[in-house]
Amino acid sequence: MEVSHICKIISNYSIATDMYLMAIANKYIATVGRPGQFIHIKIPHDDSLLLRRPISINSVNKDDGIVYIVYQVVGTGTKILSQLKEGDNLDILGPLGNGFSIPKGVENIVIVGGGCGIAPLKYIVDYWKDISYTTFLGYRDMDSIYQLMNFERASERLYLTTDDGSQGEKGVITKVLEREIDSISPQLIMACGPIPMLKEVQSIANGRNITCQISLEERMGCGIGACMVCSCMIRTKGGLEYKKVCSDGPVFLSDEVILDENAQFSC
Amino acid sequence: MKMPNLAVDICGVKFKNPIIAASGTFGFGREFANYMDINLIGGVTVTGITLEPRSGNPPPRIAETASGILNSVGLQNPGVDYFLEAELPKLLKYDTNIIVNINGTTIDEYCKLAEKLSKYPIDLIELNISCPNVKEGGLAFGAHPDTVYEVTKAVKESSKHPLVVKLTPNTSDIRETAKAAAEAGCDGLSLINTLIGMAIDIDRRRPVLANITGGLSGPAIKPVALRMVWEVKDVVDIPIIGMGGVMKGTDVVEFLLAGATGIGVGTANLVKPTTCIDILDELISYMIKNGVEDIDKLIGALEII
Repeated sequence: MEVSHICKIISNYSIATDMYLMAIANKYIATVGRPGQFIHIKIPHDDSLLLRRPISINSVNKDDGIVYIVYQVVGTGTKILSQLKEGDNLDILGPLGNGFSIPKGVENIVIVGGGCGIAPLKYIVDYWKDISYTTFLGYRDMDSIYQLMNFERASERLYLTTDDGSQGEKGVITKVLEREIDSISPQLIMACGPIPMLKEVQSIANGRNITCQISLEERMGCGIGACMVCSCMIRTKGGLEYKKVCSDGPVFLSDEVILDENAQFSC
Repeated sequence: MKMPNLAVDICGVKFKNPIIAASGTFGFGREFANYMDINLIGGVTVTGITLEPRSGNPPPRIAETASGILNSVGLQNPGVDYFLEAELPKLLKYDTNIIVNINGTTIDEYCKLAEKLSKYPIDLIELNISCPNVKEGGLAFGAHPDTVYEVTKAVKESSKHPLVVKLTPNTSDIRETAKAAAEAGCDGLSLINTLIGMAIDIDRRRPVLANITGGLSGPAIKPVALRMVWEVKDVVDIPIIGMGGVMKGTDVVEFLLAGATGIGVGTANLVKPTTCIDILDELISYMIKNGVEDIDKLIGALEII
């Protein structure tokens, strides 16, 4: 039987503008958690905040039983999270959701990430090591960059953009992706980021018949597929249908998901 | 002290304890099976069912407000036939009572649902005439005593199972709709459904919910729910399943004292999937600590000088 875990925080500090890296002691999640899965965190110290916050796994250390998450401070709940200290307790559920997967024989993969959506992608390159990754990362500016070195080490090639051009190329990462994609001819694209970015990635992938897995974010309730609040529109054989981001996703195929900028809040 | 008696009778159905997972927050039960022993709770109310599958409202469907949650799911469900074929057999394996929450846009649809369910071994039908998130049906029936009477009477005649009517707080006087339902012959009442509310994103100057409004639940509405249970119990002679912001064992005691026989646990299931069991443990501890040997001694035991 699964339970919610009361875990000790090992460390928690800022790694970029409004971005924090938290290390949590939990052997179970460190062992069974897969890339793209998330943990569902109860915000401590404020009983008026009822909903848990779904945060993707950024990486794990299996040997020491440590789960890493990277999260952005966007509101009261994540502000409280950012103030937690080493030794504090955290109530988490997980690992939840269906993550990324690499079909057999696939070894040429493109990774596309934007902003806080870059965080879950790091677990991909940590988890599947014998893969040739070409990585496209878009950050807001120089101060928003985090974990770039990890991706550089793991990738054959890495393309970097910032909105203001303070590091890497200036502009959005999907423009660079569009320019380079045909010379790479990847077997698979894996992406996470704001909805406008995902829409571009979707269009690039679908237009070239490249399989593309994208990880979505949505306001969630239970996180275990019961309350039906975190819906996203999916194209199925029977027509359009709302699926559950928490338990059917959060990773979906780009040719099945209908991305709606009004419906979803991006990270 | 020996284990207190927790069993209650609701509409002639024996519940091993008053803890009932509330509709819409517990899926079809199986989602929670990895987290808690469903056999331990008094009952499970499945998510709202309609005759045909419903896709629900566009997202976002949830917003967090102070001590509460706004939702606008809009009764997304796979339809009654799928429920009976695929979900009910799984749920029947558990030793707990099954309550099916039914929803229609016309009286005829409600009746057809009740007729279909009458052929299956469920324990109670919960007539939902209080969903605030659908344009047709729901509140259109639940807000006025005359329509409450009409739909309740028709569904009662179509149902072989005891019928509980789920009342809305979004009405001028809940005692009037409660009386109307009781006069129409229902066997029990459940209250309250959510309060209509809204949340606004000031940066985008838009409602947070795509549906604009949603149903407010959670601790924020508990005082309203308690007051309504307390008001209604004096005007009807049928059992009440009380709900609204139950998060812990002492909340259960409050609802029992106010006059509820069964206790619905809703929003708390989203906060922690083990909540129903945790609450049950806390209730037992309260009873032992306070020398309450039978839960019956708490029901309606509120003292007013």
